[in-house]
Amino acid sequence: MTGSDLTRTVRAPVTGPVIAAAQPRPGLVRLPTRRPDQAARARFRIPRGVERLAGVVLLFAGWQTASSAGWLSPRVLAGPSAVVTVGWDLIQDGTLWSALRASLWRVLWGLGLGVPIGVVLALASGLTRVGDDLVDGNIQMLRFVPIIGLQPLLILWLGLGETAKISLLVMGVAFPIYVNTSVAIRSLNPGYRELADVAGLGRAALIRHVVIPGALPSFLVGLRLATAVAWLLLVFAEQMNAHSGIGYLMIRAQTFFQSDVIVLCLVVYALLGLISDGLIRILDRRVLRWQPGR
Amino acid sequence: MAAGTLNTHTAGSTRQSATTTETAATQAATSPATPTSTATTETATTVSGHNVSGTTPTDAAAGFVTRGLTRSFGPRRVLRGIDLEAAPGEFVALLGRSGSGKSTLLRALAGLDSEAGGELLVPERRAVVFQDPRLLPWKSVLDNVTLGQRGAAAAERGRAALGEVGLTGHERDWPKTLSGGEAQRAALARALVREPALLLLDEPFGALDALTRIRMHALVQELCGRHRPTVLLVTHDVDEAILLADRVLVLTDGHISLDVPVGLPSPRLRGDEAFTVLRSRLLRELGIDENAAGIHASSAAAPQAG
Repeated sequence: MTGSDLTRTVRAPVTGPVIAAAQPRPGLVRLPTRRPDQAARARFRIPRGVERLAGVVLLFAGWQTASSAGWLSPRVLAGPSAVVTVGWDLIQDGTLWSALRASLWRVLWGLGLGVPIGVVLALASGLTRVGDDLVDGNIQMLRFVPIIGLQPLLILWLGLGETAKISLLVMGVAFPIYVNTSVAIRSLNPGYRELADVAGLGRAALIRHVVIPGALPSFLVGLRLATAVAWLLLVFAEQMNAHSGIGYLMIRAQTFFQSDVIVLCLVVYALLGLISDGLIRILDRRVLRWQPGR
Repeated sequence: MAAGTLNTHTAGSTRQSATTTETAATQAATSPATPTSTATTETATTVSGHNVSGTTPTDAAAGFVTRGLTRSFGPRRVLRGIDLEAAPGEFVALLGRSGSGKSTLLRALAGLDSEAGGELLVPERRAVVFQDPRLLPWKSVLDNVTLGQRGAAAAERGRAALGEVGLTGHERDWPKTLSGGEAQRAALARALVREPALLLLDEPFGALDALTRIRMHALVQELCGRHRPTVLLVTHDVDEAILLADRVLVLTDGHISLDVPVGLPSPRLRGDEAFTVLRSRLLRELGIDENAAGIHASSAAAPQAG
């Protein structure tokens, strides 16, 4: 029975599109395929981006409606239009810019000091036994201390000025940079070191041509984490005795029950986070051109 | 070492002086600037323990010497006193079962193993082709080939080497876009650009498909014929050893248990009787009885290399 079915299938003429249906057979299941006589499914779909944007628009529309209708008191949450208005006012009188400048400055300091510290420690512990013994154990232990918890100690040591705020950021940045970079250096293909040996590369050349580029993808992941941490810690740092910055603007707004300013500051934080993440992603794409699929 | 076996030499004895003189003669014919083999031995470097002390090499081929080479991994003695000598320009294949220590021997000769005991005399300019191409993925193919090479002429020589392995036009490609065979050819170019006096091939075709392997055999044969480095090819493929080498060694239990010149005429065909006889002998040395294992049938089905 099955045998005769087989024979028939084999004998089928191969000229032109053969649409003869295959008979069901015991033990075989039919997988979904597109039959040649079927047109490719061309069902209309809303583009993904439009759909996503629509979600955001819907949320804002609901929010605006709620506050316009008076369901949301401005004391609790200001509506989008109020936030835009206050944002325009603060831009006009220069308050937003000076706050933004102060915050950006702190984050740049935090990254500018924290990233090199993390990288140097990672190189030291990833490339030398002594460095590994001295650095890695300590950092793995300190890693579990919540950084924000260090704030009182830092204020005790460094006072209420900029140094304490920036130190907090530096520490917050250095950890993810260190962890990601040192793991990458350790897990570098040992064959590459052999290759460097055979090719007669010295230690400096090994670091430059093999170690650093090899650790770069993981370092960039660390950098993205570190930037997120920097913005997060900035909020904390600026809410403690600051006289400038976005966080200070928020704390002041809280005192005067200005929920519109608070929401504005949150939006600014979110935008800053998005922008810095986008910048790192661009960097990522440029630096890691060699990775397939980029 | 099988005492009664014909043609079996103790390493370092009066072995294959014919091969040596023949090679020297070929060299003199192809490149008049090449010094004679007597002169070349003086430029060899001593690799002993950590110290790789050496003089500047000027020659293209200098052979290599090992004396009482030992290596242990914990209680396992992998190399138990290897005495080995290769003539300049000689193509030596080293066979051995998996885990027999053939790669250990090669790594010692490459200078990658500072824990090996005994004496090693190798030329200063050595190059290794590993089983994996080991190209740095973040460097272009050309930059991989010229890795560690200095000077303005490096790129030019890199391009020439890529041309020799048939990869012209791939200079700016990323290694991950190359096929397995192309990547291994780039690795070969990286070895060539160093103009090695000693070329160490550590199962370089092991990961390639059968067709690519045949093409690589021809390429290696051609390149070694042109540049005439001393070659040590570590492989587990008996046919490959017979096809390419002037001399085949078998490593068993930490000793060279068989050392036999191939001595077959140039287009070596797997079907030739001498080829088959040598293959049987090498397989027997490796502990495989062809009649029992039915090897004949499978190797007859394998494609023939031209």
